Amino acid sequence: MKLTKDQVKNVARLARLGLTEAEIEKFQTQLSGILDYVEQLNEVNTDGVSPTAQVTGLVNILREDEILSEKIADPAELLKCTNLPVEKNQIKVKNVF
Amino acid sequence: MSLASLTIHEAAEGLRAKKFSSVELTKACLERAKTLEPKLNSYVLITDKLALEKAKNADNELAKGDDRGALHGIPMALKDVFCTKGVRTTACSNILKDFVPPYDATVVKKLKSAGMVLVGKTNTDEFTCGASTETSCFGTSHNPWDITRTTGGSSGGSAAAVAADECIYALGTDTGGSIRQPSAYCGITGLKVTYGRVSRFGVISMASSLDTIGPIVKDAQDAALIMNIIAGRDKFDSTTPDVAVPDYTKDLSAKDLKGLKVGLPKEYFIPGMDGEVEASVRLAIENLKKLGAQVKEISLPHTKYGLGVYYIICPSEVSANMARYDGVRYGPAASGDPQDLYEYYLKAREAGFGDEMKRRIMVGTYALSSGYYDAYYLKAQKVRTLVCQDFEKALNDVDVIVAPTTPATAFKIGDNSADPVKMYLEDVFTVCINIAGVPALAVPCGFSSKKLPIGMQIIGKQFAEPLILKVGAVYQKNTDWHKQKPGI
Repeated sequence: MKLTKDQVKNVARLARLGLTEAEIEKFQTQLSGILDYVEQLNEVNTDGVSPTAQVTGLVNILREDEILSEKIADPAELLKCTNLPVEKNQIKVKNVF
Repeated sequence: MSLASLTIHEAAEGLRAKKFSSVELTKACLERAKTLEPKLNSYVLITDKLALEKAKNADNELAKGDDRGALHGIPMALKDVFCTKGVRTTACSNILKDFVPPYDATVVKKLKSAGMVLVGKTNTDEFTCGASTETSCFGTSHNPWDITRTTGGSSGGSAAAVAADECIYALGTDTGGSIRQPSAYCGITGLKVTYGRVSRFGVISMASSLDTIGPIVKDAQDAALIMNIIAGRDKFDSTTPDVAVPDYTKDLSAKDLKGLKVGLPKEYFIPGMDGEVEASVRLAIENLKKLGAQVKEISLPHTKYGLGVYYIICPSEVSANMARYDGVRYGPAASGDPQDLYEYYLKAREAGFGDEMKRRIMVGTYALSSGYYDAYYLKAQKVRTLVCQDFEKALNDVDVIVAPTTPATAFKIGDNSADPVKMYLEDVFTVCINIAGVPALAVPCGFSSKKLPIGMQIIGKQFAEPLILKVGAVYQKNTDWHKQKPGI
């Protein structure tokens, strides 16, 4: 299945990924190649087969909602990871609209 | 012979017999790294000062009788996806190039308490996405057996560092073969653990339903010693089941494999695979028979769909995990004066991610998008169930499954770069094990006529690490493939 250029652009928009024109063209071919490859799964009859999301068999693992800043890292240390301005323990980003 | 060529158990014995100190052992590894790094590029960061400080501490502690066990004072390397407090951790991506973690991963914490001496952080494909380390933003690693060839990947830096004696052991991650394939290509031993056996808290995620952490080592006994420290439930990683942690070294002294039932999956001996690889693995199987194992052919009928399942589920989960790299909480700020937050994300992510990451994010986003989810992601999850059932059925009939780790030996650097599907085929013999979440031990079992290592994998039921380590240890007691060193 060949993806159109618009489909590639739309996926990039959903993924919040900037792409150059050259990348859009390249991915048009490469993504189509990958999708063609995985289409072989359609050969497999999966009627009545339930999906596997994970293999541990664990369900609903709960834990106390503790504040872990002392055990892991305090807010000041975490905020050091950003390159954007910090105000009142919050990272200042560009306007949304 | 350099001290750096020792295994963990040999080095641990030497330290206690006072034949050498941890400082001497660490210096030997650092010297090897200093000489070889211009050729190999196994490391993306060498923490020499820290290593010598920790080694000195270890010597003092051991002298005082504060003995923390086999890993105490042993110089080692971590794939650059393990968060190390205060030590740069990049996932070999431009988007994390200056990231200094504010905390340690659980495994790092455990290893620190066991007296870890960190030599450095090793090269990987960007966010572990690749089979050759060629997608690393620090450039590719080179195979110690032939530096024009790839180390395999993604844990290629760890594998090369262990194979070339630039450290005594390393940790890697295995999502679709990333410990086993580079171990095979570099002629060393690597353990892909049962999904959930080792905590992933603080390890940078790639595909969360498949990622595992494990040892990259010089023999099976070393893998067991590391497992004794790193395995177990972690309340910070809710995917770690509360399954008792055995002593992984307990069964390693077995003399033979009498009564062991070994299955050979016919789907792993296929036309088109390298004849020398097949011959070596078949010879190894003869060896297992001589040691008392009963061998029979089995079938894992959905093997051929493994890659298809993997290359939907993995990019889907990659696209979700990569969403957090938006240039806000960490990573370089976007340049070029973006107008709003949307444009900021586009620019930060465009500049931060390399080609393969963009490709996987795109495939994953497409597979998860409205209208396509059922056709791709859900379909893959259903076929995943069938792959899991293949292993369940087979492992009810036999104790372990033995198969080649890779269909060929290490390829030339650059050979697969132009064609993503060709690169994905590298994982053809390894991905199904991740899909089913079972453990597998990769061990060296021969060499090609070009003197390139060949490997096989010993696969067991979930949590059967003690058994596959025993099989590996008995095999290694009777062979010396794992003792061969690259002449570098």
